[in-house]
Amino acid sequence: MATDSAPAPAAPPPASDERLREVSQLSRLLARPELGAVVGAVLVWVFFAIVAFDNNFISWATTAAILNRAAPLGILAVAVALLMIGGEFDLSIGSIVGFAGMTIMVLSFPSEGGGFGWSLWPAVFAALVIALLTGWFNGYLVIMTKLPSFIITLATLFIFRGLTIALTRLRTNRTQLGDLDEVSGFALADTLFASQFTIFGARFRVAILWWIGLAILATWVLLRTKQGNWIFGAGGDANAARSVGVPVNKVKIALFMTTAFAGFLVALIQAVQFNGADTLRGFQQEFDAIIAVVVGGTLLTGGYGSAIGALFGALIFAMVQQGIIITGVDGDWFQVFVGTVLVVAVIFNNFVRQKAAQR
Amino acid sequence: MSGNGTPLLEIRNVSKYFGSVIALEDVSAFVRAGEVTCLLGDNGAGKSTLIKVLSGVHKPTKGQYFFDGKEYNFNSPRDALELGIATVYQDLAMIPLMSVWRNFFLGSEPTKGWGPFKSYDAEFAKTTTKAEMAKMGIDIRDPDQTVGTLSGGERQSVAIARAVYFGAKVLILDEPTAALGVKQAGVVLKYILQARNRGIGVIFITHNPHHAYPVADHFVILRRGQVYGDYTKAELPLEQLVQMMAGGADLEVLQHELEAASREGGEEAEALAETAQNIEAELDELGDDA
Repeated sequence: MATDSAPAPAAPPPASDERLREVSQLSRLLARPELGAVVGAVLVWVFFAIVAFDNNFISWATTAAILNRAAPLGILAVAVALLMIGGEFDLSIGSIVGFAGMTIMVLSFPSEGGGFGWSLWPAVFAALVIALLTGWFNGYLVIMTKLPSFIITLATLFIFRGLTIALTRLRTNRTQLGDLDEVSGFALADTLFASQFTIFGARFRVAILWWIGLAILATWVLLRTKQGNWIFGAGGDANAARSVGVPVNKVKIALFMTTAFAGFLVALIQAVQFNGADTLRGFQQEFDAIIAVVVGGTLLTGGYGSAIGALFGALIFAMVQQGIIITGVDGDWFQVFVGTVLVVAVIFNNFVRQKAAQR
Repeated sequence: MSGNGTPLLEIRNVSKYFGSVIALEDVSAFVRAGEVTCLLGDNGAGKSTLIKVLSGVHKPTKGQYFFDGKEYNFNSPRDALELGIATVYQDLAMIPLMSVWRNFFLGSEPTKGWGPFKSYDAEFAKTTTKAEMAKMGIDIRDPDQTVGTLSGGERQSVAIARAVYFGAKVLILDEPTAALGVKQAGVVLKYILQARNRGIGVIFITHNPHHAYPVADHFVILRRGQVYGDYTKAELPLEQLVQMMAGGADLEVLQHELEAASREGGEEAEALAETAQNIEAELDELGDDA
């Protein structure tokens, strides 16, 4: 093809390009979206380590408490990060947590109490299928109506929560169901989703492993698979991505199903851990997850972000929560603190990103 | 390079109507392998419609479409792309927040590994991006930098290199130099020649005769949806091309109107005066060239 073409005017590529400044490892690191969250996590930790030194903030017990708190939020945040990089929102994820949890409970609850009397694993499987369907429904509505996902999932936030309350009451006449440990199959579920392991005398929950495992998996998908490339493309500019053959609609629906799956997993973990569920479980967790994701450096407009950042975002959230509890500050101040951290984190992230872009 | 071969892509007597609007009437044009055909026309001449017909977005209302001697009737741009007819639009279909190599392979990612462990071969993507750009004579600094940090000309070059790498036989370029400065436009023109030298048929759409003239082998001038002229480079000196494009007389009339308007004063007067001066400068430039 290019056999007899004129030789390329470019000189043979020099070993190093004079226009390419030696970029230090540090400055390359600065370009990573999760940097702000990592630095933020260190700062928040140091802050409480000083302020709450007398309250044993630096201890295995407190570390375990923080991680146990961060894990369920972190599982949601990692999935929400993927979705937000893909350019969409899911406000219904907290309602999906409630819906999936109640599905497990109602299906496995004894029939004399209004349940279906299933054993645990079929109930879990049914809840998984239903959760994936809710995710598909969210995605399909967004694609079909072309409305912002903010509006669609705001609607499904109410629909799914309302269904959870209405159907549970209709069937069992209650809003809380317990005694999951009496259902057959509970022992295995307890090991997989709610067991604890002791390190240095502190009790860590197995959910932490799910959280970190999912964050690693999500990072691998984002950075090292073609589907990850499609997620960035779909969020960065859906039309441009479509024009080069990225199946944008499928990617987005799959992302909504991923957040719904995360909601299901958290519902399962909490149902096993608390030995039951409540129709209000997961209430407002969509906001906590979005905060963790944004603090983690993901752009609200899509196309840029990181799952590891979301992991650290959830960690910051839990540290603030735990720090406030152990310092004995009135818990009423928690929300003030979280809001402030959110604003500071976003300003800091924007600053870092601009610096990175100019490097 | 070839030159007298049969046309690689040809349209014959193509018309396109949108309801009562005649967008194109009886337009014929062709490009040979290793040649550049320039489609010139002012705003509203029908360039956009013609691009969409060529790239398979619109079906012509009348007329025939030939590729490599065979007649085709495309249902979607995909059909055209599969034959190797690639279109690089002004908006480039690139994602500013993504790195050059991720953009280059977006939608056609190379993979390695097997089954669930199949992963995006980033090393291959990075080295190939750099190598392909080098073949076009473009020295990309760092394939990891985001497309958003590239200049307009560099982005055009990435888009052109991408189309060439993915097997384009015909490259349709929609006003690639329109939003660029003088130097940047020159850079893009150089890449058009590079693509031509690799045996690709290039259809270069522009409204700027100064950009068209240095690279084209062949000119098709559109006016009001019809072919106003069809010339080889040897038949058409630059000044005549410029005259045919907009018509120097039209510009002179416009200049006088604007000057008259600015004398009447008012809010926009200064802006108008400036525009008039710009037009005057352009007329001078045209005079110099002629």
